[in-house]
Amino acid sequence: MKLEKEKLIEIYRKLLEIRHFEEKAFELYGQNLVPGTLHLYAGQEAVAVGVCANLRKDDYITSTHRGHGHCIAKGAQLDRIMAEILGKKTGYCKGKGGSMHIADFSVGMLGATAVVGAGIPIAPGAGLSIKLRGTDQVVACFFGEGASNQGTFHEGINMAAILALPVVFVCENNLYAMGTRKSRVMLIENVAERAVAYGIPGVTVDGNDVVAVYEAAHEAVNRAREGKGPTLVECKTYRHKGHSRFDPATYRPKEEVEEWLKKDPVQRFKAKLLEMKILTEKEANKIEQDVIAAVEKAAKFAIDSPYPAPEEALEDVHA
Amino acid sequence: MRQITYRDALREALREEMLRDKTVFVLGEDVGRYWQGAFKVTKGLAEEFGDERVRDTPISESAIIGVAAGAAITGMRPIAEIMFGDLSALAMDQIANQVAKLRYMFGGQTKVPVVIRMPFGAGVNIAAHHSQSLEAWFMHVPGLKIVMPSFPYDAKGLLKTAIRDDSPVMFFEHKLLYSIEGPVPKEEYTIPFGVADVKREGKDVTIVATLYMVHKALAAANTLRKEGIDVEVIDPRTLIPLDKQAIVNSVKKTSRIVIVTEDCKTAGVSAEIAAMVAEEALDYLDAPIKRVAEPDTPIPFSPPLEQFVIPNEKSIIKAVKEIVY
Repeated sequence: MKLEKEKLIEIYRKLLEIRHFEEKAFELYGQNLVPGTLHLYAGQEAVAVGVCANLRKDDYITSTHRGHGHCIAKGAQLDRIMAEILGKKTGYCKGKGGSMHIADFSVGMLGATAVVGAGIPIAPGAGLSIKLRGTDQVVACFFGEGASNQGTFHEGINMAAILALPVVFVCENNLYAMGTRKSRVMLIENVAERAVAYGIPGVTVDGNDVVAVYEAAHEAVNRAREGKGPTLVECKTYRHKGHSRFDPATYRPKEEVEEWLKKDPVQRFKAKLLEMKILTEKEANKIEQDVIAAVEKAAKFAIDSPYPAPEEALEDVHA
Repeated sequence: MRQITYRDALREALREEMLRDKTVFVLGEDVGRYWQGAFKVTKGLAEEFGDERVRDTPISESAIIGVAAGAAITGMRPIAEIMFGDLSALAMDQIANQVAKLRYMFGGQTKVPVVIRMPFGAGVNIAAHHSQSLEAWFMHVPGLKIVMPSFPYDAKGLLKTAIRDDSPVMFFEHKLLYSIEGPVPKEEYTIPFGVADVKREGKDVTIVATLYMVHKALAAANTLRKEGIDVEVIDPRTLIPLDKQAIVNSVKKTSRIVIVTEDCKTAGVSAEIAAMVAEEALDYLDAPIKRVAEPDTPIPFSPPLEQFVIPNEKSIIKAVKEIVY
């Protein structure tokens, strides 16, 4: 597939935004500025970016507890995401959601739910809404391989399949559900094999290769947009950090971690762009510096923002 | 005024709202043209509105509610039917953690206008998995509104309000009510949430009752009338929001209250209402608050066993007489 230069650069910028955003969030966490917990997306950037690069602003996504990357890839603002993570009034959810529940309905980001697998039946609901309203939007539903063991995976994908709903189910197979290795809880090699059970296409791609993800998602999104129904796209990837906070992830063999770090999706794509002469080293660095500055600005905005007034806790319960 | 059944009243509400607003649609197991709803509430709707808007689903309660949630946050007004209230347990995460909380978690960015209908109640010999009254489960989940209509008039007016409400609404019906008849005007009307209805005025004792128990309370009141006890029967109609003032006002008048609900007594709806009365109207009471509810057992099958656990006219009369002397 031939991608325009501008598109490739935009993809690179998004990968960097997520990477630097997550590094900043981790840094702020270390400074006790982030209440609660953090599930960092670093290492998995190619999945969110590769999928969302195929989506229009009016398309939808659903997300998970590890959702910062999805928000950024779909076009949410860094400053308001960071403010939400810090529990500030200027955050997307006015401090009511936090890291695990960010949403930006203005860009079709329908929100992150932190119950593993719970978003899987919600995405087909947005798909049914699209079908009933007669638009050509699509929905991308992100979840991990751990979620594919939930009943909601079966119920949600089957529902989308029988109704031919415009949904792309994106499984981010990062090999571990918290500390539980995939092979201990699943006898099949690829989650995509489960698509057979629902009579829909299932594909497995290198989730650390943003172009491979883009291409697989491109086909799935087109299929959905043309009314041909859902696809299950499994992206094999790896989280750089532990499951959450300071999880040292000692359950992962050192060699395995090193092997995956060599496949870093951001570095790989940068190397590709240099090799293709889309960017020079200097241009690539310039983009990275711009991104770092934007992330710094977002962090400053979040830190300088006020907390919500305590009694705002009572608002937004009912519409 | 014309008399129609509770079932027909519900169907009229669905039909009128589907005609009025094309974003309203129905989904659930066997709600479509082949079965037309386990209790025939959706009879004829698929023929009139098409299979897309009266959607048969797989037996997937989580997905039924999840799909309703996803549709609701993207501009639709789904009405999901769960065939029996007991089966809501299969969808509990979607109801309690998703539907109820999406608006709040996302800081008010979205509304979740879902109506979730389901029948509750014992008395038809279908045992522990098809007979429960689970309103207390949902009353404990902030974000939901809870409606329990006892008469055809209430059923229609409250369902129309539920469909138009921007919050998720749990709409609890009762199997033994579907065939009862009552007056329902032909003309358009809605009933606001949070407004109790005094089903019978009286001065000696207040009975607060919900759903099918309203009918048993009214029967008990008729019997007690013959013995010179004048009972006021209040139906809150919606538990969330609860018309506390109507209950407190009645207690101020009668100084005595019996709460009759079909759910289990422990941590049940009656406990919440009793606590509210104790907090807000204790000084007006001349006798202890009495509660009539199901004992803390699953619903048994055999008719004598089942009848033993359901509150009835006799147990209500007994409770009233314990505090009216």
